Amino acid sequence: MSDTDNITVLPDDMSVDLDAELNASNVQEIFDKLDRELIGLKPVKTRIREIAALLLVDRLRKRFALTSETPTLHMNFTGNPGTGKTTVALRMAEILHRLDYVRTGHLVSVTRDDLVGQYIGHTAPKTKEVIKKAMGGVLFIDEAYYLYKPENERDYGAESIEILLQVMENNRDDLVVILAGYKDRMDKFFHSNPGMRSRIAHHVDFPDYSPEELLHIAKLMLAAQNYRFSPDAEKAFFQYIQLRMKLEHFANARSVRNALDRARLRQANRLFASKNKALKKIDLITLEAEDILASRVFTDGMLDNESEVNIAAQK
Amino acid sequence: MMTNQGNRVTQGQFSFLPDLTDAQITAQIKYALGKDWALSVEYTDDPHPRNTYWEMFGNPMFDLKDPAGILLEVNNCRKTYPNHYIRVIAFSAVRGVESVTMSYIVNRPKKEPGFSLVRQETEGRCIRYTIHSYATDKPEGERY
Repeated sequence: MSDTDNITVLPDDMSVDLDAELNASNVQEIFDKLDRELIGLKPVKTRIREIAALLLVDRLRKRFALTSETPTLHMNFTGNPGTGKTTVALRMAEILHRLDYVRTGHLVSVTRDDLVGQYIGHTAPKTKEVIKKAMGGVLFIDEAYYLYKPENERDYGAESIEILLQVMENNRDDLVVILAGYKDRMDKFFHSNPGMRSRIAHHVDFPDYSPEELLHIAKLMLAAQNYRFSPDAEKAFFQYIQLRMKLEHFANARSVRNALDRARLRQANRLFASKNKALKKIDLITLEAEDILASRVFTDGMLDNESEVNIAAQK
Repeated sequence: MMTNQGNRVTQGQFSFLPDLTDAQITAQIKYALGKDWALSVEYTDDPHPRNTYWEMFGNPMFDLKDPAGILLEVNNCRKTYPNHYIRVIAFSAVRGVESVTMSYIVNRPKKEPGFSLVRQETEGRCIRYTIHSYATDKPEGERY
C-alpha cells in the first residue's frame, strides 16, 4: 500500500531493527492507550497485537523486496451487548492507519438502514455510496446479521451483501470491513452466507466482563466526566453490578453507563435537597453510596425504569 | 493552418498536457478533497466549447475521505462510455464561491475529428463565424 518504488532494496545480509520500526510507527503508543482505556478483553488485545506484528514484519519484508500479498484484514467482532465492539473498531481504524494499512484511518459506522434500499434498484447505489465513503478507512457494519433476512426471499439485503463481497475481494487495498453482532446470530448469518465467512480472516470474540472489570470501567467512565465514587459508593456500586448482572437485559458496559447516569441524577437531586448547605467542589464531584443504593435493583430486585429495558432490547 | 494538432479538445484544466495518468488523477482528487470540495464525474459526446452542462454520471460525491472512491467512479464511467469525453469536476460550497472550482478531462474519444469553421453571410457583406463539430453531425450516442 505504501509506495515501495522509492525505497531501495536492502542487501540480503543486512539486518533490520524491528524495535525501531515499531517506534517509528507509534503503534506502541496506541497499545498503551488500549491497555489503559480498555479493561479486560484479553483475546481481543492479543489479536490486535498479532495483526500489528504481521503488518510490521510485512513492512520489514518489503525492504528486502520480499513481496507477499497484502493480508486481508476484514474482521468479524462477536460478543454480547456493551462489550466494546464499536470502541475497538474505532481503535482498529487508528491502528491500521498508523501501520499504513489504510490511508486515512476514518471509521464509517453503518447499519442495515444505510446499506439496504427500499425499492428495486435502490440498494446498489446506496451500498456503493457507503463503500465509497469508507474507502481509505474502515467500514464498520453494526448488527450485520440484519443484512440477511432468510424469511423474506425478496429482501434486498442479499443484493447489498453481494456488492460488499465484491468490494471486499477487489478493493482489499482500499478498505477494511468489520462486521459486528451477537455471536449466535452472526453464526447463523455466516452459515447462510458462506462466501462472507471465507472472506473474513479474523473472527474475534468479545468476552463478557467480570464484575471487577465493570467496576474498573465505571471508575474510568466517571473519571472522564470529572466524577468519582466515595469509598462507600464504590462498594455499593460493586454490589449493584453483581445484582444487576443477574437481572435480564444486562448489557455490560452500557448498563454500567446507564446506571452511572442515573446515579448522577440522584446526586444532583440530593444536592438540591440540601439547599442551605454550602457546596464545595468535592461535593459536586463525589457520588455517595446513597446515590447508588436508591436504585430499585437493591430495593425490589427490579430494573430502574422501563427505558433501559427498551434500549437493551433494541440493541 | 493547424494550431491544435490532432484536434484535441482543450477544455478545463490540464487539457494542453498529455492525458493524465490514474496516479495523477488521484493526486488531483486528493488535492480537491483536501479543500473539502465535492467531486463528481460527468460525460458528454458534444465537444462544443459552449456545451457547459454535461451529463452527470451518478450523484456528486459528498463526504468522501479518500480518492479511491472517486477513481472507482471514473473507471466505471470509462467502462460505460469508453468513447465519450469524461471530466471530473470539483464543487466548492464555500459561501460566495458556490461553483465549480476544478474541471479536467479524464477520458476522450480515440479519434477527435475536430471542428469546422462555418461562415454565414448576412446583411451587406457582413460575415458571421461559428464553429461546428464534425462529430455532432451524427445523432447523440453514435458520434465517436
